[in-house]
Amino acid sequence: MDLNKRYTPQSWPDHPETATLEGKNKFIGFWLLLAAETVTFASLFATYLALKDRGPSGMEFTSSGLFELPLVFAMTMILLTSSLTSVYAIHHMKNHNFKAMQAWLGITVLLGVVFLGLEIYEFNHYVHLGFGYTNSAFSAAFYTLVGTHGAHVLFGLSWFIALMIRNSKRGLNTYNAPKFYLAALYWHFIDVVWVFIFTVVYLMGAIS
Amino acid sequence: MSSLAQKKGVGAIIWDYLTTVDHKKIAILYLISGGIFFLIGGLEAMLIRIQLMKAGNDFLSAGLYNEMITMHGTTMIFLAAMPILLGFMNAVMPLQIGARDVAFPFLNSLGFWLFFFGGIFLNLSWFMGGAPDAGWTNYASLALASESHGIDFYALGLTISGFGTLIGGINFLVTIINMRAPGMTYMRMPLFTWTTFVASALILLAFPPLTVGLFFMIFDRMFGANFFVVEMGGNTIIWEHLFWIFGHPEVYILILPAFGIFSEIFAIFSRKRLFGYTALVFATILIGFYGFMVWAHHMFTVGLGPTANAVFALATMIIAVPTGIKIFNWLLTIWGGSIKFTVPMVYAVAFIPSFVAGGVTGVMQAIAPLDYQLHDSYFIVAHFHYVIVGGVVLAILAGVHLYWPKMFGTMLSEKLGMVTFWFFFIGFHLTFFIQHFLGLLGMPRRVYTFGADQGWDLFNAISSAGALLMAIGVIVLLVNVVITTVKNVRVGNDPWEDGRTLEWAIPSPPPFYNFAQTPLVRGLDTYWIEKMEGNKKGMVYAEPLGDIHMPNGSIIPFIMSFGMFVASFGALYFQDDSKPWTLAVLIIGLAILFGSMLVRSLKDDLGFHITKEELMEDLKKGGNTDGSK
Repeated sequence: MDLNKRYTPQSWPDHPETATLEGKNKFIGFWLLLAAETVTFASLFATYLALKDRGPSGMEFTSSGLFELPLVFAMTMILLTSSLTSVYAIHHMKNHNFKAMQAWLGITVLLGVVFLGLEIYEFNHYVHLGFGYTNSAFSAAFYTLVGTHGAHVLFGLSWFIALMIRNSKRGLNTYNAPKFYLAALYWHFIDVVWVFIFTVVYLMGAIS
Repeated sequence: MSSLAQKKGVGAIIWDYLTTVDHKKIAILYLISGGIFFLIGGLEAMLIRIQLMKAGNDFLSAGLYNEMITMHGTTMIFLAAMPILLGFMNAVMPLQIGARDVAFPFLNSLGFWLFFFGGIFLNLSWFMGGAPDAGWTNYASLALASESHGIDFYALGLTISGFGTLIGGINFLVTIINMRAPGMTYMRMPLFTWTTFVASALILLAFPPLTVGLFFMIFDRMFGANFFVVEMGGNTIIWEHLFWIFGHPEVYILILPAFGIFSEIFAIFSRKRLFGYTALVFATILIGFYGFMVWAHHMFTVGLGPTANAVFALATMIIAVPTGIKIFNWLLTIWGGSIKFTVPMVYAVAFIPSFVAGGVTGVMQAIAPLDYQLHDSYFIVAHFHYVIVGGVVLAILAGVHLYWPKMFGTMLSEKLGMVTFWFFFIGFHLTFFIQHFLGLLGMPRRVYTFGADQGWDLFNAISSAGALLMAIGVIVLLVNVVITTVKNVRVGNDPWEDGRTLEWAIPSPPPFYNFAQTPLVRGLDTYWIEKMEGNKKGMVYAEPLGDIHMPNGSIIPFIMSFGMFVASFGALYFQDDSKPWTLAVLIIGLAILFGSMLVRSLKDDLGFHITKEELMEDLKKGGNTDGSK
């Protein structure tokens, strides 16, 4: 692979993320990693459902009435929008429009940071209400499930930022195209997990 | 590159192995470290058998005995059997599919070092305040009550080594999907490659639940979470489910590669194409599939209810069907073959009755009402040692003899190999056959002693004597390794003379780029086809001689794993109020981990090229260089 090879939108391959053997390997390998991640979150969801509202007798906090639904709804919209903006970024990556890609990735990161900030605010708020990690089995399951997702968001953001800074001066090539593509794929996965969290944890919590 | 053949100093060799990304060297690392852990686990087994040699023995205290059985099981499964099999996969699978390396050489190295540091971490528990003592299954109700740091060593050590195994699994899957030589269709892949493929898929889907369970365990102990604390609303059965959702596929992660090794051996030494290749492939896939649907047969006595027990009992019995298909295919492969009873073949032939015995007791336990009688008795101990030792360990010993020349370029002594076999085989049956009857006589597992009036003395004494024979067998194997290494008689491409698959078509050990030219695969047992057609060049090639792209070595995997190792000490002592430095250690460790990850992702690593001229120069010298710079 030649890093100095200059591409134009005309010479740029249709699928730059799988144009090289390394890219193909990363593509398959990353989908497999997402399979493992899916099982990880499935285990966390199953545990959450088993421990939902379980705690010592007379415990104060259960899923009904605790959650701040308007806030969580706003978070959901922000994260879904960030998934859309990352699609735009990859669209421009495929058109070999580096600047537009960086711009849309920047917006994605911005939305992700807002999401993460709101999540930290939300956790902080619950803790101040007295709903701490060690309160009950329910609290442990809740914070571990949602917190693991939050950790994934943090990792995804760091990944985007590292990629943007590292490649800011040199543009797109078939060496870094798979990296951008996979980071965006990871971001979509995080988004899908959040949709399940919103449904299973927050909405099902509110109606119980 | 001209200095390839020069002698290197010890420091250079160590540095070479610390930074290597070559699948063949990583295989050797797996084999050596797995072998050392196998010896440690074996030593623990011997101490257990000495303690149980006679009634009322006080060789080991009750607490130490608990630590011993826990560490024996954990070490043998996670640190010995699996890594050694991963070593064979690394050594052989890329060669079998005609690849130059695995898909992610860097991750291959990372996987090894994570396993290595995880194993070291777990074993440090012996010297740092006590080993885990809640059994290898580490049931939460028992584990949370354990006062020493043993359980933390278990949870953190297995987390680290589990990440390593998961990375290895993904790597093998991608390698097999993307890097097969031209003509190597899925249905032309050797059986060992197929079993590697399915076992890797099982690793991919089975290890995350274990990791989640281990994290719950760590959080319960470290941060005071309440996943398993019943009075706080927790549920200890969650651990059992997560553990066995991992634990049962784990059995197949171990046995499928063993099946693969035996399939190769039966075909090679019967000098016949495998009987029912297609059926063997589909049986492998079916076993992998059903492997995820039977975990609750470990929990029949928990009280999940008759419906759950019936479903899982039925699913368990079904698994015996594809396994039976395999047994018959192997028998029919031998039948009518021109058989050579070499050491690997003798192991393979001995494996069939041994493993069938373990399989049959497995079906007995699948009958849930009967399992209420057998549960937690020595019958269970006998059963799983029959499948693990009679299946996996025999395959490992057979594989060591079969692939030693391919990995090291010299043959283990057949005579000493036979001595090892007979000691080990007789010792194995002597140790474990009688334990079925101990179980039926009512001896529970995991008891550190028994009374003279219980009538278990004689059978336990016989069992301990058998263990001694197995130990002698292993010592003879070590002697064999030393003698072979000292003699160092070099062998050619196909030392068994009847090799059928691609790994036997290139020098032993292979040059670091494996195939100078990518071979063209023309059918199942492709090298055999070329031999039968009298192809003097060895293989038909799919490409002219040209430049070869190779990955660079890297020390980063070692440093990353070391970072996790350091962080684990912070996590381990976090719950001790007397140690204020724990948070700092945790942060430093994680900083090393993520810092080196960042360096890896920011620094371009494009590898290097071996030019055609260098390649031709190398081929003139026999193509047998190890490629270190």
